[in-house]
Amino acid sequence: MDLYNEARKRKLEFTTRRHFLKRCGTGLGGIALASLLGPQHLWGRSMGDNAGPDTLPHFYPKAKRVIYLHMAGAPSQLEMFDYKPKLEELHDLDCPESLLEGKRFAFIQGTPKMLGPQHAFERYGKSGTYVSELLPHFSNIVDEVALLKAMHTDEFNHAPAQLFLQTGSPRVGRPSIGAWVTYGLGSENENLPGYMVLVSGGKSPSAGKNAWGSGFLPSEYQGVQCRNSGDPILYVSNPEGMSRDIRRKSLDAINAINKEQYKEFGDQEILSRIAQYEMAFKMQLSVPEVMDITKEPTYIQALYGANPGQASFANNCLLARRLVEQGVRFVQLYHWGWDMHGDSKATSLNEGLKTKCLEIDKPMTALVQDLKLRGLLDDTLVIWGGEFGRTPMRENRGGRIMPFYGRDHHTEAFTIWMAGGGIKSGFSYGETDDIGYYGIKDRVHVHDLQATILHQLGLDHEKFTYHFQGRDFRLTDVHGHVVKDILA
Amino acid sequence: MARQFDFTITGPKKISFFAGILLILLSSCQEEKIDFNAQVRPILNKNCISCHGGVKQSGGFGLIFRENALRETKNGKIGIVPGHPDKSEMIARIKHDDPEMRMPLEKEPLSQEEIDVLTQWIKQGAEWQDHWAYLKPPEPQIPHTTSGWAKNEIDHFILNKIKENNLSPSEEAGRYDLVRRVYLDLTGLPPSQEQIAAFVNDHSEQAYENLVDQLLASPKYGEHWASMWLDMARFADSKGYEADRAREIWKFRDWVIKAFNDDMPFDQFTIEQLAGDLLPDPSINQLIATAFHRNTLNNDEGGTDNEEYRIASVIDRVNTTWEVWQSTTMSCVQCHSHPYDPILMKEYYSSFAFFNNTSDWDVPGEQPLLKELEDDDETRLEEIKKWIANRSTVTESGKWEKFLRVGEPKLRPEDFEEVGNVVHYNRSNQDFMQVFNGSYIKIKGVSLQDVDRIYINYRQSEKYKGSLYIRADSLTGPVIGKTTLPKTNGFVNKPVKITSKPAITDLYFQFIGLSGDYAGLIDGFLLGKKLPGDNDTEYQRVYKEIDEVLNAPFRHSTPIMVEKPKTHSRKTHVFIRGNWLVKGEEALPGVPEVLSGEKQAFDNRLDLAKWLVSEENPLTGRVIVNRFWAKLFGKGLVTTVEDFGTLGDYPSHPELLDWLALRFSGEWDWQVKKLLKTIVMSATYRQSAKVTAIAMERDPDNKWLSRSPRVRLSAEQIRDQALAVSGLLSDKMYGPSVMPPQPDGVWTVVYSNARWNTSDGEDAYRRGLYTYTRRSSPYPSFITFDAAGREFCLSRRINTNTPLQALVTLNDPVYFETALNLARQIMLVKGGKKEKAEVAYNKVMGKMPGPEKTNILMKLLEETEAYYRENEQEAYELTKSDNPELATLTVMANALMNMDEFIVKN
Repeated sequence: MDLYNEARKRKLEFTTRRHFLKRCGTGLGGIALASLLGPQHLWGRSMGDNAGPDTLPHFYPKAKRVIYLHMAGAPSQLEMFDYKPKLEELHDLDCPESLLEGKRFAFIQGTPKMLGPQHAFERYGKSGTYVSELLPHFSNIVDEVALLKAMHTDEFNHAPAQLFLQTGSPRVGRPSIGAWVTYGLGSENENLPGYMVLVSGGKSPSAGKNAWGSGFLPSEYQGVQCRNSGDPILYVSNPEGMSRDIRRKSLDAINAINKEQYKEFGDQEILSRIAQYEMAFKMQLSVPEVMDITKEPTYIQALYGANPGQASFANNCLLARRLVEQGVRFVQLYHWGWDMHGDSKATSLNEGLKTKCLEIDKPMTALVQDLKLRGLLDDTLVIWGGEFGRTPMRENRGGRIMPFYGRDHHTEAFTIWMAGGGIKSGFSYGETDDIGYYGIKDRVHVHDLQATILHQLGLDHEKFTYHFQGRDFRLTDVHGHVVKDILA
Repeated sequence: MARQFDFTITGPKKISFFAGILLILLSSCQEEKIDFNAQVRPILNKNCISCHGGVKQSGGFGLIFRENALRETKNGKIGIVPGHPDKSEMIARIKHDDPEMRMPLEKEPLSQEEIDVLTQWIKQGAEWQDHWAYLKPPEPQIPHTTSGWAKNEIDHFILNKIKENNLSPSEEAGRYDLVRRVYLDLTGLPPSQEQIAAFVNDHSEQAYENLVDQLLASPKYGEHWASMWLDMARFADSKGYEADRAREIWKFRDWVIKAFNDDMPFDQFTIEQLAGDLLPDPSINQLIATAFHRNTLNNDEGGTDNEEYRIASVIDRVNTTWEVWQSTTMSCVQCHSHPYDPILMKEYYSSFAFFNNTSDWDVPGEQPLLKELEDDDETRLEEIKKWIANRSTVTESGKWEKFLRVGEPKLRPEDFEEVGNVVHYNRSNQDFMQVFNGSYIKIKGVSLQDVDRIYINYRQSEKYKGSLYIRADSLTGPVIGKTTLPKTNGFVNKPVKITSKPAITDLYFQFIGLSGDYAGLIDGFLLGKKLPGDNDTEYQRVYKEIDEVLNAPFRHSTPIMVEKPKTHSRKTHVFIRGNWLVKGEEALPGVPEVLSGEKQAFDNRLDLAKWLVSEENPLTGRVIVNRFWAKLFGKGLVTTVEDFGTLGDYPSHPELLDWLALRFSGEWDWQVKKLLKTIVMSATYRQSAKVTAIAMERDPDNKWLSRSPRVRLSAEQIRDQALAVSGLLSDKMYGPSVMPPQPDGVWTVVYSNARWNTSDGEDAYRRGLYTYTRRSSPYPSFITFDAAGREFCLSRRINTNTPLQALVTLNDPVYFETALNLARQIMLVKGGKKEKAEVAYNKVMGKMPGPEKTNILMKLLEETEAYYRENEQEAYELTKSDNPELATLTVMANALMNMDEFIVKN
């Protein structure tokens, strides 16, 4: 933090607290305190940051919150969205040298064969959007979404590419989008963290917790991971045998002692601690409440294909809706297991991919429909996609033929979709060449996507900075353009 | 807030020069010379430099270098005309009436005082001054204060500023607060009840000083200060990125603890970590010290380019070195010249060149490793060493020990000049050559002086048999060594005796298979020196022992730095726009001119390390004393401990900083304990933390230190303290990192079988710095309390205050267990609720509670007791004991360990 921002922050802190003390006199009610300080001071935009609270957002936002569905492992666009009949014709032919020259692949070696689409496509909706047979539910909502078909990235390995997508840098240590957004905008609900993370598919994404870390931002902006078993948030439950009554009594004692301490030392931070303890007490109710999907009617559970008690993408989609409904700013989902190299049945385009699509098709469709029904889609931005795409060539690890059909990592072209939050719907943006190798029209880089997400939230990605180690850092580094063409 | 202008006038003329007063002075005839660093630079930095800096020079006007500011700008006008404010466009523009023209654009205009300073400065000739931190510290005059408050020199500097700011210093803290504070600050742990009593009952004048000496001599001291260093060293127990597999590097952590406990002078501490391997005949410990820079991340993910991540590590080493020792933001200069500081892009790659020549290369094996062998092999190694020492020298035997423990210098595929008929596997977890019948490898310019044997590191399956011919000069040159390549278990080193020894020659390694389809794997070649004592009858036996020990399995290992041989060193080039694939001109080792002053010749890391702690370096002393100061006071004399550059803060007490820096690098001989002792002995440090209304009004941030700061304890301290006061803390030191209890399911990382295996016995209760740190999944309660993620160098943790922290200390089973254990001890206390409340509070805080706090605790006990009387089952669930009193006391203990005063240093 530089001197200027620090001074400004301190001044603000001081005036806020002085003002607060005047109003409260000596009768410090702990519970009243939390509400006085306001949610923005408790989750995000707290006293410890250097954003000008009076300057954000930069302009009127179209979206108030974000649900990001990240398919960790990178799904194949060529089997799901980007239909390439020409590739079918080239199936099993040697890949021309011109496509390989100067390229770096993770596993392809020597001369691979071209690989035609492994699943059938049809057109759907008024927009006539191509969708593959793997996504029968999704094909019903094509008119609600925008497909970005010429996405591209810089990184061809999972961990760096996930970090690049989530933090704007392939190396660890930068804040994730969710951290940036909560840092900038805070939470709308004082009883819940502003940035929550839900993981399914059996594993965490390759980039680990760095994918939702706060980097150099204060730790309070890191994503709070909700857990599938045990405490929904770590340590939110009282120890066994400690009832809420007893917890209340013990908090009363803690707060009373802290007030004595405040009388003696006059340190304002003590008051802030009292407020945090009260907030924790509220979270002990609000978190299990919001995380309990059995509270949903069975037809809603059925709509998503949710099964309470299981760790599934369907449950997480339903939870995501519940969380945004409660004012959580940024909900990040990871669903692991999309890395279809073809080295086993589970990683084949014919079998493994089918299973994965089955896991997501119904829930992600339900999420969009449900948000729409509740009038939340207008100001909730939903994004679906992986960290890169897959090659039009068949993977030939070590120069050998693989046991199943699979594709290698590919940076030049992949498809994502977005819905709600001020994005055009029933619309595709960007085109790839005849084999889906390169984007040839309206390419969108990862930094452009990040700039666009921030833009929808009312944040100018070039002005939204944090001063660290002597320079102003941005989510988009020194790159990125808002993709104006996809804005409604 | 207006910066205070800092004139050093003493005696009756001493006035506090606030800006308003300055104005009067400036317009009067006694014209003070404007101090560029203290007065002008802050105005430029705050208002101008983001548009008129070193990279961005809007309108052709930049303020980093004087010549840029004095030249004609794009609109033909001249920004600054020395001696003529009236002709200087800059002055015209900051005073302009039209908001479209007035600078700074779209921001608050400069104050009249600021405008006056700039005007006066230009009038006086607009002289630039090097940034304060780059100037050698002058010997400051110690101000004289007479109030009798001061206990040592520090206090005179501090009191002077306190008075200038119309504040008064605080009285000394109560003895109970003071003893807890100094224990927590010097050892990281709270004092025990006996330790408190010993101090409080010692009424001698020396009591406090004796206590300080005792704490500085405690082994806990090194454990505590190691934590701070390990944040900067980015020490962790895993490699980072996708699989984030385990890395064994804890011996480095132990080295740091010992170095602090031994009070290793900081110059030596610096040199050993940055370049221990380059010292003449380094000890094993000096090699372990170099693991400092092996804490960089390693990417094992399938398909990664080893060179890309090797370069990422080198970049991190450059940035970390500059941040730790110089608080200079070198990372800015990776892609372009520095936007704010006078450092050029090329100078970044001169720093890069220092670190670009070590033989590690981002492979999962993490070679080069320093190995600790199994007991039997350690004994054999000892015998070999003795045997050599008896026939040669101890130095010589030390060299052999390093050869056997490290297996370097090795020539690897990147050193191969030319290859024929081979396949190079160099992605992710591989970096070796597959060779076939007729393959060859050429290595250029190998120095064979002293070389007796070349070890081939190879791997051979049972299926094939082959042999190797080593030829000099050409593929048809003379054979100087040959061997067969029998089946191996994994990679092994096999010696090839060299029969004739040209001094420097090109070597050709030729592979011949016994069958046409022969295939084998080659990792590299190791040059083995001639063993002394060749007329000894045991000579061949010892050689055999050596070969076996070289291939022996190891029990522990530590990645270290090893410099590549001069004959095969890497060249460094500027990366155009920071892109490692686009290489520009060559860069030779060196440091930025603004810091080195006159050009000096630099060769390697050792030169860099020595320069950092040399008298020529203006920064190191300041940077390091500031780091220690910041740990004690929660804030440095320079607040931005990580940035002493132009955008960093100006010191609150520049003379004090220089005084400390000069003592530290001078008469204290870089001894950290002397520095810390001087600070904690000061009256400044010993003040009470109570804040008066006046002090709160005049100095809310406590910049002038008229009271002791209240600082929240670190993540490790909070846990250590809870374990300590509840009697659970183990005092076991050193060794592999441990896994105290953590909730199930926290580790679910891909492509790794790593498991959190909760440690048994006392290992579950060790100090926090021994807790296993997996980078992608750090210990949850530590991260919640702002511990470093250890992915990159972190100079200062940002303390937050969040509800998640409350949930940790309230509910984490680790903390709950401490409450339960404390309650068990309180059960044994004779007496009623009052006595029990008092004893419990005393155990936690080391002093008796006042009547208000006692009453609050008694009320809690009464209410809880009543509740559990009604709900016996819950009491049982809480404690697994039939005695409901234990539950009641546990609830109280849990509350005590959540008090603000417990997790804060008063």
